[in-house]
Amino acid sequence: MSQPVKINARTITKDEYFYGHKACGGCGESLALRLALKVIGEDAYLSLPAGCMAAVSFIYPNMAFKQNAIITPFASTAAVATGVAAGLKALNKNKLSVGFAGDGGTADIGIQALSGAIDRGEKFIYICTDNEAYMNTGIQKSGLTPFGASTTTTPAGKVIRGNVKPKKNMFEIVAAHGIAYAATASVGYLEDFMMKVQKAKEANGPAYIHVFSPCPTGWGHESDKTIEIAKEVVDNGLWYLAEFENGKFKLNKTPKLDSDVRLYLNAQSRFKHLTDDDIREIEALREEKWERLIKEWS
Amino acid sequence: MKDFKRVPVPTLERLDQYPLGSSCKSFHITDMNAGWRVFKPVIDKDKCVACYRCYLVCPDGAIHQSEDGKFEIDYDYCKGCGICANECKVKVIEMVKEAK
Repeated sequence: MSQPVKINARTITKDEYFYGHKACGGCGESLALRLALKVIGEDAYLSLPAGCMAAVSFIYPNMAFKQNAIITPFASTAAVATGVAAGLKALNKNKLSVGFAGDGGTADIGIQALSGAIDRGEKFIYICTDNEAYMNTGIQKSGLTPFGASTTTTPAGKVIRGNVKPKKNMFEIVAAHGIAYAATASVGYLEDFMMKVQKAKEANGPAYIHVFSPCPTGWGHESDKTIEIAKEVVDNGLWYLAEFENGKFKLNKTPKLDSDVRLYLNAQSRFKHLTDDDIREIEALREEKWERLIKEWS
Repeated sequence: MKDFKRVPVPTLERLDQYPLGSSCKSFHITDMNAGWRVFKPVIDKDKCVACYRCYLVCPDGAIHQSEDGKFEIDYDYCKGCGICANECKVKVIEMVKEAK
């Protein structure tokens, strides 16, 4: 693979392709979408399921996208995106089809369509903007909600301390298909994210990017702390930056595993009920995860 | 009209100016987000070092480079989230309470 061109704030296009949308102030997901579109370019075809990003951009008579975009049924983002890709191929148009879905639309409802699309090997990009719950419908737990997070369907009480299960391992599920390119990213490391979108664009087959994007409304943090939180979660090892390319995993960043996770957790009201025991459990989960990641991937 | 906005705001005075059916033109933006703000970011242009950071991190894309190389904010679409002020490396963006 050729060396990717250096991508940063100065080299990306000055044109905005996602403008005037109605996402909450400080929305990490809309930032991920905005920058991904700048890298992908103007003549791509977008497919979005009924999630936040569709709800904030297709408000009649508004249309916040520059690119062609379509709202898909919730379960079929990847099916529609590969269908569009097949249509473009039939018309001899050398253009890109991109699917954008949230964590629920990827890891729960849309996983079957995504699995099928990757299996067919069609050239398309799938970007999962992970805000760790169904935010659009009112903060219900999804398969990617982390351990201990309080949501409206896993409320924290005296007996149950928020969500009882850790996050589903979506990145490795996708990589297990033998996908051409897969990566995890975070809006705390935007240059890294844009570089991965560029790699996905150049990949010879399906590509998947899982981007961690904080939600001030659902997580209960200050709207100006979005980037800080997304950076902190990578630095303390609760989220990771990795790539899967040519059948091999690669870690992009080694976190400080002895750092205090409280800095991250205390900034968000969804974790405010956690006791010291719960936090020790979160730290134990982190340790267990990284022991495996370092052993297998580096 | 600034070129980053790409299209002028369409007029919607008569019914036939509204998009019909389930599809419409791309970038059909008819209203603004300015009323969302409680605090308004103000860039001190003399101290701005044009590092592109605020432009990069703005979820709304409401910050753009002006002709003098410095950055300015499109207040029609800024929601006042404060990310730019928080991320500014030289701390020259101040959040000012909106006057009634």
